[in-house]
Amino acid sequence: MAGVRVQSRRLERRKFFADPIMVSTIVVLLIFLALFILYPLAMLLVDSILDKGKGFTLDVFSRVLSMQRFQTAFSNTLALGLITGITSTLIGLLFAYVDVYMKVRSRFVKKLFDVVSMLPVVSPPFVLSLSMILLFGRSGLVTRTLLGIYDSNIYGLHGIAIVQTLTFFPVCYLMLKGLLKNIDPSLEEASRDMGASRWKVFTTVTLPLLLPGLGNAFLVTFIESVADFANPMLIGGSYDTLATTIYLQVTGAYDKVGAAGMAVVLLGLTLVLFMIQKYYLERRTVATLTGKASRERMSIADKSVTRPLTILCSLVSVFVVLMYISVPFGALFKLWGRNYSLSLVHFEYIMKYGGARAFRDSFMLSMIAAPITALLSMIISYLVVKKKFRSKAFIEFVSMLAMAVPGTVLGVGYIRGYANGLFGSGIMQGLYGTGAILVIVFVVRSLPVGTRSGISALQQIDRSIEESAYDMGANSGKVFMTITLPLIKDSFFSGLVTTFVRSITAISAIILLVTPRYLLITTQINEFAEKGKFGEACAYATILIIIVYASILLMNLFIKYFGTSKKIREAEKHG
Amino acid sequence: MAKVSKGVRLEHISKIYRDPKTDKDFYAVRDASINIEPGTFVTLLGPSGCGKTTTLRMIAGFESPDEGEIFLGDEAINALTPNKRDTAMVFQSYALFPHYNVFDNVAYGLRLRKLPKQEIEERVHSILALVEMEGMESRMTNQLSGGQQQRVALARALVVEPGVLLFDEPLSNLDAKLRVNMRTEIRRIQQTLGITAIYVTHDQSEAMSISDTIIIMNKGEIAQMGTPMNIYYHPNSEFVADFIGEANFLEGETLGMEGTTCRVSIQGKEARVVTDRAISAGHPCKVVLRPEAIQIGTEGLLPCMVELSCFMGSYQNYHVRVGDVLVKIADNCPVNKRIFMVGEKAFLSFDKECAHLL
Repeated sequence: MAGVRVQSRRLERRKFFADPIMVSTIVVLLIFLALFILYPLAMLLVDSILDKGKGFTLDVFSRVLSMQRFQTAFSNTLALGLITGITSTLIGLLFAYVDVYMKVRSRFVKKLFDVVSMLPVVSPPFVLSLSMILLFGRSGLVTRTLLGIYDSNIYGLHGIAIVQTLTFFPVCYLMLKGLLKNIDPSLEEASRDMGASRWKVFTTVTLPLLLPGLGNAFLVTFIESVADFANPMLIGGSYDTLATTIYLQVTGAYDKVGAAGMAVVLLGLTLVLFMIQKYYLERRTVATLTGKASRERMSIADKSVTRPLTILCSLVSVFVVLMYISVPFGALFKLWGRNYSLSLVHFEYIMKYGGARAFRDSFMLSMIAAPITALLSMIISYLVVKKKFRSKAFIEFVSMLAMAVPGTVLGVGYIRGYANGLFGSGIMQGLYGTGAILVIVFVVRSLPVGTRSGISALQQIDRSIEESAYDMGANSGKVFMTITLPLIKDSFFSGLVTTFVRSITAISAIILLVTPRYLLITTQINEFAEKGKFGEACAYATILIIIVYASILLMNLFIKYFGTSKKIREAEKHG
Repeated sequence: MAKVSKGVRLEHISKIYRDPKTDKDFYAVRDASINIEPGTFVTLLGPSGCGKTTTLRMIAGFESPDEGEIFLGDEAINALTPNKRDTAMVFQSYALFPHYNVFDNVAYGLRLRKLPKQEIEERVHSILALVEMEGMESRMTNQLSGGQQQRVALARALVVEPGVLLFDEPLSNLDAKLRVNMRTEIRRIQQTLGITAIYVTHDQSEAMSISDTIIIMNKGEIAQMGTPMNIYYHPNSEFVADFIGEANFLEGETLGMEGTTCRVSIQGKEARVVTDRAISAGHPCKVVLRPEAIQIGTEGLLPCMVELSCFMGSYQNYHVRVGDVLVKIADNCPVNKRIFMVGEKAFLSFDKECAHLL
C-alpha cells in the first residue's frame, strides 16, 4: 500500500476548498478563537516569563510565589474547593438518590426538587451571598432578630463554603441523577436476591458503579469553586481566594504583571483539573455506565429509609428557596435588621443614581451577545459533529478550553492583551474599554455551554438527513441554514437565552474590563454590597432575578409554541 | 423524463481505511472495475463489511477513492462534491427532513435549482403521482408509514431527474411483506423512467428479483458479476454459491470431459455435470447443488441417511448425510411423493444441467 490514502486526501482537500462558504466560516472561526481565547491566555504566560529588558526570566513568578498574600490565597482556594467539592457532591448524591430510588408521593416535594435543580441556571452569582448576609449576618434576620446573636460573623471560609455548596450542589444533583438512572436495576436486584441488605447493595454495587461519576461531579464543582469570584468577593471578608486576590492585585495594587503571574497559576490549576475531569473521569464514567436501564426500577418504599432522607432533602430545598425569597424582601424592607416596614426607597434610590442606565447597558450588551453566541456555537457544533477537516480538533479544543478558564483569568488576559493593542503594538487598541470587548467576553464565556448543547442536539440527528440535502445539490451553508439549524432550533433558542442570562449575570471577567462608559447591574450590586448598602444591592438583584426568570419563561414558551418539536408533536397528535 | 440517464464507470477503484483500533490500513474496496450501462438496474450485493456501501458512497461523492477514477457518463467526477454530482440517493433511513411536509421534502432539490414555482409544483405533483402518494402533500413525514416514507424518499430523489439513482439498502427497515411490494414498485418505476439505478443490499432474494445485473462483493473485492440467473446457476466460487441461495457442496475428482459434460467421481460413484470449461482429468473439484435441484428416492446415485424431514408447505425439507457431508434437499410438491422419515435410508440424484462444477 504505497502512498496510502494519498489520493483520497487530495480529493477531500479539493472538495473542501470547492465549498467557499465553509472554508471562510472556518477561517473566521479560527481567527476569532485564536484572537479572543488563545491570544489573551498566551499573553499572560508571555507577560510573566518575558521581560523587555532581560528576555526570558522567572522573576515575576518568584516574586508572586514569595508573596505572603499569594500563598495564603492559594491554600485558601484549595481548601475552599475541597470543602465545596465534597459537600456539594454529597448533597447532590443525596438528592439524586432520593429522586431516582424513592417514590416521592408529595407533589410539593417534587416541585421543590425541580425548582432547586433549576436555580443554578437562574441564579445571578451574588444572590445567595446577599441573602446569607441578610439572614445570618451581623444584623441578620435569623441571627440577630430571631436568636439575638449580636456578633455573628458569616464572613470567611464557612460563609463562602455554605454559599458555594448551595449554589453548586444542584449541578451535582443533575449529573448524578442522569448516572443513577442509567444503572440497570437488575444489577442491584441480583445483589438483593443473593441476600444483601439495602445498605450493602448501596455500598457494594451502586457506589462502586457511581464512583467515577462522583469523582467527576467533585471535580466539576471544585473547578467552579476555584473559579468563583462573586461569592468570595462578597462574603469572603478577609478570606481571599486566588480569584479575588488577582482582582485586588489589578485594581488595588495596580500590579498588572503580578496579577498576570497569579492568573497563570490559577489557570494552570483549573486546566489540570479540567483535563483530569474531561479526559479521564468523564470517559470512565461513560465506560462503567453504558447500559440503559432495562426496565423500571422498584422504588424503595421502606418508610424508615424514605422518611428521613426525603425530609432532609426537603429541608435543604426549603432553605435554598427561603434564601432566594429573602432577596426581594431585602429590597423592600426599609432598613434590614432595624426597620422591617415595606417601602420602595431602595428602588427609588437606584433609579435616581444610574439604575436605568445600568439596566439599559446590561440588557443591551447581553442582547447583542446572545444571538452571536447562539449562532456561533451552533456553527461550531455543526462543524465538529458533521464535518471532517484538519483544524476541527483545534476548534473543538479551544471552544471547550474556555470552559476551564476562570473569568478573572480571562479578564486579566484581555487587559494584558488589548490595553496596548495586539502584542502592545497599538493595533486594535480601540477595542479596549468599549462595549464591543464586553460583548466579546460574554460570547467567549458562554460559547462552551452553547457548543456543548449544540453538539448533543446534533448527535441525535441522523447523518444521512444532511447528506441527503447535500446530495440533492445544497452546499454546506445551505444545508446548515435549511436543514441543520431548523432541526436544532430548540438548542439554538436555549443557547440564546442561556447566553443572555449568563451575560447579564456575569461579573468575574467583566469587572476587570468595564469602564465608566458602561454601568452594569452586576458591578452595581458588587459596589453597593461592598459599601454595606444591602437594600440597594438587593433591589438590583431583584430586578436581575426578574429579568432572568422572565427570559427563561419566555424561552420555554417559545420552544413550546415555535420549537422544532412542536410540529412533530402536533403531527403525532393527528396521526 | 426529459433527461437522459447516464452510465457509470468505475476504473480500478480502491478505498483504504485505517482501523482505529489497530491503526492499520486496510482495503475497504480493492481494485473494483465496473461498467454500468445507462438505464440498467445494477445491484451491489454482499455481506456486511464487504465494501458495497463504501462503493456507493464513493459514487455519490461522500467518500473519495484512493485509487482509480469514477466516471459519470463521460465525465470524471472524482473531485466533485456530492452536491455537484448528477446523482440522487435514497437512504436506508429515508433521511426525510422532519421539519418539512411531503411536498417541501420533494420540492427541496427543485428549489435549490431555483426553478419557477409553477414548474416545481407540476413536477412534484407528477412525481408523487408516479409513486402513488398524491394527496399526501401536506402530511408531515412522521405521519407516514414506513412504506409511504420510502415512497417520498424515492420521489425526492427522482424529481431532480438525476443521471443515476443510488439506493443504500432502502428496504431494510420495512417488514417482510412490504419489502416485497416495494421492490417490485421500485423496479416498475425504474423501468418506466428508464433510469440508471445502483442498488446496495445484503438480501440476495431482493437482489435477484430486482436487478439486470448483480455484482457480488466480498471483503472489498468483486467476487462475481452477472445476471441473476447466471450467478445463481453458475457461481464462480464457493462464497458466491453459498451467498446466493442455499448450496450444497460435494467434493469429488474429475475423470474427464465428454463434450460439454464433465465426468466426476463423488464418493466412488460417477456423476455427470455440464460445464463450459474444459477440465482435464485427475483434479479435485466441488459440485455445487441447489437444494431444489436434488431428487430424493428409493434409488439413485448416492446413498444417504435422512437426519431431518420436515413439511414446509410447498416443499419437504430434508437434511441427509452423504458420507460425512450434510446435504440439504428441498423436494417440491411433496403431496404425491414418498416422504422419507428420519433414520430412513434413501438415494439422491441430480440432473447434469442443474449441477455446477467449481
